[in-house]
Amino acid sequence: MANSPPALILRTSTLAYLGVMVVLPLTALTTQAFEPGLARFGQAVTDPFAWHALKLTFATALVMVAINAVMGTATAWVLVRYDFPGKSIMNALIDLPFAVPTVVTGLMLVALYGPSSTLGTILGRHGWGIIYEQPGIVLALLFVTYPFVIRSVQPVLLEIDRGEEEAAATLGARPWTIFRRVTFPTLYPSILTGTALAFSRALGEFGSVVMVAGNRPLETKTGPMYVFGEIESGNRHGAMVVSAVLLASSLGILVTLNLIQRGRKV
Amino acid sequence: MSSVGGKRLRSSIFRPQSLLIGVVVLWFAALILVPTLALANKALEGGFRPFWNAILSSDARRAFALTIGITALATVVNTLFGLAFAMVLVRQRFWGRALADGIVDLPFAVSPIIAGLMLVIVYGPNGWLGSSLASLGWRVVYSWPGMVLATLFVTLPFVVREVVPVLREFGIDQEEVARTLGAGRWRTFWQVTLPSIRWGLAYGVTLTVARSLGEFGALLVVSGNILGRTQTATLYIHDTIEGFEPEGAYAASVVLAGISFVLLIGMEQLRKYVEVRESGQSE
Repeated sequence: MANSPPALILRTSTLAYLGVMVVLPLTALTTQAFEPGLARFGQAVTDPFAWHALKLTFATALVMVAINAVMGTATAWVLVRYDFPGKSIMNALIDLPFAVPTVVTGLMLVALYGPSSTLGTILGRHGWGIIYEQPGIVLALLFVTYPFVIRSVQPVLLEIDRGEEEAAATLGARPWTIFRRVTFPTLYPSILTGTALAFSRALGEFGSVVMVAGNRPLETKTGPMYVFGEIESGNRHGAMVVSAVLLASSLGILVTLNLIQRGRKV
Repeated sequence: MSSVGGKRLRSSIFRPQSLLIGVVVLWFAALILVPTLALANKALEGGFRPFWNAILSSDARRAFALTIGITALATVVNTLFGLAFAMVLVRQRFWGRALADGIVDLPFAVSPIIAGLMLVIVYGPNGWLGSSLASLGWRVVYSWPGMVLATLFVTLPFVVREVVPVLREFGIDQEEVARTLGAGRWRTFWQVTLPSIRWGLAYGVTLTVARSLGEFGALLVVSGNILGRTQTATLYIHDTIEGFEPEGAYAASVVLAGISFVLLIGMEQLRKYVEVRESGQSE
């Protein structure tokens, strides 16, 4: 049945669509980025503006991931283990960042913390700039990646066997010890998955960051913003090289994650 | 009685878990809820009339019409592809299947800006395919076909990813029964397969629509930075902010975010409602 004419037609046409839509553009980007040679590629990466943009992207993504790993796990924990008023509404609203377009996210943060807002004025008086500064970038990344760790840890926590925790408690272990020695080792893979997905997403985030970052080279210009700027100013090779680095990092993370998960299942 | 209740309340407030709940709820409120409310507040600052005027301005209406058109087109194409490709991945064995399975997910790893750049490289005026398409008189980049292509690229994995697991779980037993009873290919698909994968499909379509409505980076690159360019809703928001007309941007943002959110929540509620009703009927 698998090789009947209709099955063959279905397979060929879907694979052709996939080839034209995904493989062709990716191949075009990669070959053109490396076309002028490795030396030119290296030059374009180590260009001070490109290098700083890449460093800023990785640094802000790392800060975001560190916060999200802790707060995401805590949020999943609270949602699964405890009852409190408003819990079901909160659970439904966790996915809000997936529904909100990224430009709108940026605009929300500007509306709240921007120089013309009440909160922004108060913070500005104390010398704490958020919008058009680096903290704004981290804040935007925290918003758009908020659901990843929670939605990755929650199902594991729901299925966890409470028996082991209870046994540990009967043997006299304190709650924190139980979490560290019994619960955390089971949760750890799902926390890793969530943070890896969040990190990979953060490397490419543009819409929200461009609204809050203020676009100052060597200060608040991230990798994707650099790519956009170079396209606009006609330096296509510079744009492609930084794109290739970001793309390879995202892909590397996702492929590694996949391999780890496969290794665990076998 | 009341003193007992008071004591219990107090002890429950001072338990360490209450502290954790408090921290988590505060974090959620500060990070997600307050910015959302700040946006709504800003959009309605001057009352409902300026809000409506901003939404009903001809630029905003044209931008929303384009967004809806692109979304409809991208959703139809990627739903058909997603269904077909999920069937191929689950039901067929062929050389390179695992690779094809991995390639479907690639758009998730690509920054929207990079997606736009790739399309310019392939379909731009000096691009791999762009020059030959241009000689046929087809302009892709800096025009609406490019915007559709960009949206198709970023939403390509959603339907496949949602349908594959439900299709795998469904198996082929029921289909074989239907075939044995004399149902043709199409009839089996419409009456047996499709009804059992409908929620996976519905969820995939909803995610596709929500993402299409909100796509920005790829469209920004593909549409070119031309004054008075064709605007989608997200480009309209960006351009009005850049042009210091924030009223339009805030109003359009509230509408766009509202539509996506209602779609996602609505799908979840509809599913619960239908499942409860159907389990009631079967009893």
